[in-house]
Amino acid sequence: MIESGWSIVLSCPSLVYFIDTKMDDLIMMLESNKESLKLEAMKRIVGLIAKGKNAYELFPAVVKNVASKNIELKKLVYVYLVRYAEEQQDLALLSISTFQRALKDPNQLIRASALRVLSSIRVPIIVPIMMLAIKEAATDLSPYVRKTAAHAIQKLYSLDPDQKEHLIEVIEKLLKDKSTLVAGSVVMAFEEVCPDRIDLIHKNYRKLCNLLVDVEEWGQVVIIHMLTRYARTQFVSPWREDAVFDENSEKTFYDSEGRRVDQSKPYIMDPDHRLLLRNTKPLLQSRNTAVVMAVSQLYWHLAPKHELSIITKSLVRLLRSHREVQYIVLQNIATMSIQRKGMFEPFMKSFYVRSTDATHIKTLKLEILTNLANEANISTILRELQTYVKSQDKAFAAATIQAIGRCATNISEVTDTCLNGLVLLLSNRDETVVAESVVVIKKLLQTQPSQHSDIIKHMAKLFDSITVPMARASILWLMGEYCEHVPKNAPDVLRKMAKTFISEEDIVKLQTVNLAAKLYLSNSKQTKLLTQYILNLGKYDQNYDIRDRTRFIRQLIVPNEKSGALSRYARRILMAPKPAPVLQSAFKDRDRFQLGTLSHTLNSQSNGYLELSDWPAVAPDQSVRIVEVVELAGAPLLGKSKPGKSAEKFYSDSEEEEEEEGSSSEDSSSSSKSESESESEENSDDSNKSSSSESDSEKKKKTLKNKKLQQQKPDSKDRYCHDLALFLSQSHLFFLNKFLVVFKFNLRCIANVHYSKKKALLLFIMTKFFSIHIVLAFSNQFVANCRCSLLCLCVFLACQFDAVSWHVRVSLQASFPVFVPETSHELLHRMTGKGLSAQYRFTRQPCIYGNSMVSLQLTLSNSSDQALENIHISEKSSTGQNIHRFNAIERLEPQASVTVSMGVDFNDSTQAANFQLCVSIQPAVGELLLPITMTEADFTKEQGKLLGMNESSATITMTPENISSQSVNRKVVSVANLGVIPSSQENIHSVPRRCLNLTKPTFWNVIKKTNCS
Amino acid sequence: MIHSLFLISNAGDLFLEKHWKSVISRSVCDYFFEAREKAVEPDNVPPVIRTPHHYLINIYREKIFFVSVIQTEVPPLFVIEFLHRVAETFQDYFGECSETTIKDNVVIVYELLEEMLDNGFPLATESNILKELIRPPTILRSMVNTITGSSNVGETLPTGQLSTIPWRRAGVKYTSNEAYFDVVEEIDAILDKSGTAVFAEIQGVIDACVKLSGMPDLTLSFMNPRLLDDVSFHPCVRYKRWESERVISFIPPDGNFQLMSYHISAQNLVAIPVYVKQNISFFETGSSGRLDITVGPKQTMGKTLECLVVTVHMPKVVLSANLSATQGTYNYDPVTKILVWDIGKLNPQKLPNLKGSLSLQSGAPKPEENPSLNIDLKIQQLAISGLKVNRLDVYGEKYKPFKGVKYVTKAGKFQVRT
Repeated sequence: MIESGWSIVLSCPSLVYFIDTKMDDLIMMLESNKESLKLEAMKRIVGLIAKGKNAYELFPAVVKNVASKNIELKKLVYVYLVRYAEEQQDLALLSISTFQRALKDPNQLIRASALRVLSSIRVPIIVPIMMLAIKEAATDLSPYVRKTAAHAIQKLYSLDPDQKEHLIEVIEKLLKDKSTLVAGSVVMAFEEVCPDRIDLIHKNYRKLCNLLVDVEEWGQVVIIHMLTRYARTQFVSPWREDAVFDENSEKTFYDSEGRRVDQSKPYIMDPDHRLLLRNTKPLLQSRNTAVVMAVSQLYWHLAPKHELSIITKSLVRLLRSHREVQYIVLQNIATMSIQRKGMFEPFMKSFYVRSTDATHIKTLKLEILTNLANEANISTILRELQTYVKSQDKAFAAATIQAIGRCATNISEVTDTCLNGLVLLLSNRDETVVAESVVVIKKLLQTQPSQHSDIIKHMAKLFDSITVPMARASILWLMGEYCEHVPKNAPDVLRKMAKTFISEEDIVKLQTVNLAAKLYLSNSKQTKLLTQYILNLGKYDQNYDIRDRTRFIRQLIVPNEKSGALSRYARRILMAPKPAPVLQSAFKDRDRFQLGTLSHTLNSQSNGYLELSDWPAVAPDQSVRIVEVVELAGAPLLGKSKPGKSAEKFYSDSEEEEEEEGSSSEDSSSSSKSESESESEENSDDSNKSSSSESDSEKKKKTLKNKKLQQQKPDSKDRYCHDLALFLSQSHLFFLNKFLVVFKFNLRCIANVHYSKKKALLLFIMTKFFSIHIVLAFSNQFVANCRCSLLCLCVFLACQFDAVSWHVRVSLQASFPVFVPETSHELLHRMTGKGLSAQYRFTRQPCIYGNSMVSLQLTLSNSSDQALENIHISEKSSTGQNIHRFNAIERLEPQASVTVSMGVDFNDSTQAANFQLCVSIQPAVGELLLPITMTEADFTKEQGKLLGMNESSATITMTPENISSQSVNRKVVSVANLGVIPSSQENIHSVPRRCLNLTKPTFWNVIKKTNCS
Repeated sequence: MIHSLFLISNAGDLFLEKHWKSVISRSVCDYFFEAREKAVEPDNVPPVIRTPHHYLINIYREKIFFVSVIQTEVPPLFVIEFLHRVAETFQDYFGECSETTIKDNVVIVYELLEEMLDNGFPLATESNILKELIRPPTILRSMVNTITGSSNVGETLPTGQLSTIPWRRAGVKYTSNEAYFDVVEEIDAILDKSGTAVFAEIQGVIDACVKLSGMPDLTLSFMNPRLLDDVSFHPCVRYKRWESERVISFIPPDGNFQLMSYHISAQNLVAIPVYVKQNISFFETGSSGRLDITVGPKQTMGKTLECLVVTVHMPKVVLSANLSATQGTYNYDPVTKILVWDIGKLNPQKLPNLKGSLSLQSGAPKPEENPSLNIDLKIQQLAISGLKVNRLDVYGEKYKPFKGVKYVTKAGKFQVRT
C-alpha cells in the first residue's frame, strides 16, 4: 500500500505534463460542433474526475455546454459543474440562468435535475435564487420534484445556516405532503435542519406512521429514527408502569376493593404510541438490514418489555448477512444481551464461533455468549469455550480465557470448574494462553483465596517457565497477597526474583517490591535481607516509578525516626483485604447511546448525535397530534378550543336519568344556578389535569354539573338541549378528560350562537357520533324548524376498524350503534373547496361494502351561501384502488352538512386513496343510500327514544297535498329506487303520517330514514 | 449522510472517487490504509473507522474496498447496506463488480452514483428505475450509439419512481412470458469431532426470474408454509397476505430478484447430508503430520451429492502436503495455508479418500489444534427442509406464462471441527 501511495506521488510531475497537452485536445473537442466529440470529451473529463485528477482549467469550455440538448452530455456537464463550481464561482454563475429556465420545464425529470444541480453548486451568491427555487419546487405538482426540493433544503442549509427560519417554513409545508416519495427526504431535512422542532411533527405524526410501510426503504430508516426520538418525548414510559400494573392487578385480586384507590393508575398505552409500534412491526421483515435494525432499536427503546421478543428473530436473521452487517448487529445484540439475556438465549447457538469468522466478529460473538451464560446453559457454553481456547487465532484464545473468567465470577456454581480448567491451561504450550490464564486465575482467586492455596503453590512452581511480564507480575502479586497461605513458597520466589530483578520488566519489578514489602511484614525473619537487597536495587533503578515506589515502601516498612507514625500502620496498609475485581462486559455502558447509531458502534458521541430523551413523567398533551378539522358553520364560534374540538364533540354526556339514573334528574332540577356556576369553575381546573381515568364518582359528579348547566338554558332552547342530552346519554361515555372541554363548548354555542347555526353545529356533533336514525330524526326536525330543506344523508357503518388502542369498546350489535372516537381529518378545506368542505374519518368498523374494504365516513358541509348540488365521487380512481362510492348528494343547502360513508379497498397498504369529489349544479334524480339493517324492534325502540323530537315537529306548518297514505307510498316507490322493501309497512305508514305536512325535499329524508330502519 | 466514496483495490490502489457534497481530500484514506495494514487480512478491517474529523465506513466486496466518508451521525447499517447495494448494482450492470469493469465503465459508474445519491441521501436504488435512467451497456447498444449518436441516458422520469410500485418498470413486453423460481437452501452447521451436530440450521432464499408482460399480480403458495419460521421479503410482497393466509402475493419487479429469504424453524431436525471421517495428527518429533479424510453420504434423500469440496485452513507451520486422493484433485497453497480438495460428484459405492503426510516447519512446536474442515456441496432437485411450492397463479393479465420451480440444496457455513 505504501508503495502504491508513493507511485502516485512520483507519477505526478509527468502527469501534469501529460494532462497539459491532453487538456488542449479536450478543449478543442468541447468547442467543436459535433455532439459526439463533445460527449467523448466529457466522458474523458469525467474519467479524470473519477480518478481524482484535476480538470478545473476546462471549466469555461465545459460550462458552455450546459444548455446542450443532448441529455447525456448535459448530465455529464452537471457532474462536472457540481464538482468544480465551488472553485470557479464567477464562471459558475454563467450557468445559473440555464437552470432557472430548466426549473420551468414541463418535464419533471428536467425540473428536478436542474434543482439538484442548482442546489449542489456551492456558490453563496446564489443563495436567494436557491431559496426561491426551493420554495417553488416545494409546491410543484410532481412529488419527485418536491422530493428534490427536500434534498435541496439540506444543501442550502449547509451553505448558509442563516436561512434556517425560511427553510423551516418549507420543511413544515413539505411535512404535510402526503406522498410517500417525499416523506423520507423531508424528514431527513428536518433531522438535519431543525431536529429540535418537535412541534412540527405533532400534526404529521399519524400520517407518517401510516405512510411508513410504503415509504422507500431509506426513508423508512430515517423516519423510524426520528419517530423513536419523538415518541420518547411524547409518551409515558411503558416499562415502569408495567411493574406497577402487575402489582396492581395482584392486589386487587386478593385484597379488598378499597386498596385500589391507593394504587397508581394502571398504565394505558397512548393509542399513538401503539400505532407506531404496530405500523413498524411488519418492517422487521424488510430485506433492508438498516430498516430491520431501525425497527429493532425502536422496539428496544419504546416497546413494553414483554413485546421485545419479536425483534430477536429478525436480528438473528441479519447475522446471515454480510460481514460488515454482522459486525454492527452483533454489537447491538451485545448491548441488548447485557440487559435482557432472555431475548437471545434460545438463539445461543447462532453465536457459536466459526474458525473462518473475522477476528472482530469472533470477539463479539464471544462477548454475547458470555453475556448469555446462566446456571442452566453454562455447561454448554463452557464446552464451546473450551474448543475456542485451542483456536489458532491466539488473540481470540486469550479473549476466550477472559470470557471463561467472567463466567466463573458471574456464576458461582461453576467457579471451581472454571478454575480447574484454567489451571490446566497453565500447562499449555502457548505463552499467551498461559499468561492470560494466570491473569484470570489471579482475579478469580481473589474471591476465595483460602481454599485455593494449592493453586497458588502450583503457580509458584510455574513461575520459572512463564515469561510474559503481565503473568509474572500477577503471580508475584498473588504470592504477596496470600503469602500466609504459601509460607514456604513465597520467600523462595522472592529469592529467585532478587537474582533476576535487574532484567525484569517494570511491571514485574513493581510487584517484586510489593512482594518483598509484604513478606517483610509477615515473615521478616526469613526475608529481611532479601527485602533490603531488592529495595536497594530498586533505589537505583532507571525507572522513576520504581524508584519512587521503593522509597515509599522503605519508609513505610522499615521503622526509623522519621516515619514513626505511619510505619505502625504499614501492615494494615499493605495487607488490607482487597475487594475482588468485578469482571464486566465491555458493552456495559454502551446503552447510553441509542442502539443502531454510529455513536453506539464507536462507543463515543459522534458529531450530530441526538440524544434520546428520557420518558416524560407525565405525557404531554396528546391532542396536539390530532389533525385539525374544519368545522362547518360553527367554526368561528369555537374560539380557542379549536385544536381540541374534533376530539371533544362527544361529551356533555348529561342526563343519564333517561336510562339509568332516575334519581339524578331530581338532583339536577333542584340545584341552583349559582352553585352550578361555581362548580363549572372547578371543572375547568380539573380539566387541566386531564386525567384519563377518573373514578366513577367523579364521573357522575360531572354528569350532574352538565345537567345543571344545561338546565339553565332558556326555555326555547331547552328542548334541544334536552334532545342533545338524550342522545348523549345513550352514548357510552369515555374520554372523560375531554368531556369538560366539550361541554364548555356546547355551552358557548348555546349561549352565543345564532339559533340555526347552533343547530347545525349540534347536528354536526351528532353526525359524528351517533347513528343514522337519530341524526336523521334530528335533522328532520331541524329542517322543519328552520324552514330550510336540509338534506341530510347519513349512513353510519358498523365496523370496528382497529380498536387495539381503545380501552373501552362499544359494541355495535347492541340496540345502539357505536360511537367511535377518533378524530376527523381534513379532506377539503372550505376555502379550497369554494365553500364545500369535507372531512373524513375512519369509522373503525367492518365495511358493509366488502370484506377487504375500509369504511370511511365523509362529512361534507356547505359553508358558502349557495346550495351545492349533485355531490359525488367521480368514476375514475387514479390509484387503482377499489372504492365504493357514496351515492351522489343531490343538494346541499348553505350551512348544511351531510355525512356519507364509502368503502375503500386500500389493498392492505397505506397508500393514499385518491378520488375526485365532484360538485355540479345539475341535480341528479333518485340517488339513494344503502340501507343499514336493523331489526324492527330496535327501530321502534329508537323511535320511542326520539319521541320528544318528533313531537316538536308538530310546530311545523303543513302542506295539504300529501295527506293520504297511498300518496305517500306512491311517492316512496317513485322516488326511492333503492326500495322501501325491507321496511315494514307499518313504518312507512307511521312515518309519513306523522310528517304529513312536510314539503317534498324533506319528505325524502323521511324515506331515507325508513330505508334505514 | 454519505459524503464521499472511494473505491480501493485490494492492492491499495485508490482508483475511483466520488463526492456528493464538497470535495474531501483523498488523504482521508490514509487512516483506512493504516487500519488495513494493521488488520493483515482484508476481512479483519473494522467496518467503522474513526478519524479526527470524519468517520470511514467500509465494506469489502469482490476484492474492492468501498470506503465511504461520513461526517455526522448516521446509522452505520444504513451506509453499509447502501454500499452493498451499489456493489450489487455494478454487478447487475456489468456482469461482475471488479476493478477492471469499473475502470472500463467509469462514465456509467459515475452516472449511476450520481443517480443513486443526492446530497448523500439515496435517491434511486431500485435496479428497474436505474435501468430506465441509465441503460446498461451492451455491445449492440454501444455500437448503435456510436453510429447514431444516441445516448444511453433516459430522458424522462422512470414511471416506477412515482408509482406505488417503484420496483417495476411500466410497459414491459415479452413475446414468451416466463416465471422461474429457484428455491435455494443452505445448511449452516458445525459438527464436532465425533460428527454430531453442535449447531445446524437451514436458511433458504427464493430467487426469481420473472419475465412477464404488463402488470401481473402473482400469488405463490407453498404445500407446507408452516416450515418457515422467519421470513424477509422483497418490498413487493404484501406482508398482510402472508400474515393472514401464508401465501406470497406480489407484483414482481422485471427480471432477476430475490423474492424472499427464510429460516426453517428450529423444531425441525436438520438432515445432514454428508459425514466426514477424518484423522489429522501432527507428530511431536520429525516435524511431520498425517492426514486422512473420507467423505460419505448420510441423509441425502436418495439424491447425489455434487460439487463436493473440502477446504482446510492449515496451521501456519505446515509447509507442504504430500497426499493422494482416490477421487478428485487436491491443491495446497503454502502461502495462504489452504488445502482445497475438489471431489466433485460423490459415488456412494466408492467413497473418496484423501490420505498422506504433511511436512511441518522444522523446530516449530506442533500445532495445538487440528484445523477444521469446511465443506461445500450441492444437491440438485432437493430442498432439504422439504419445502415445496404448491402453485403460482397469475392475476391481472390474460396470457398463460411458462412457470418453473427449481430446488437446490447447498452447504452454507458448514464446518467440521477436528
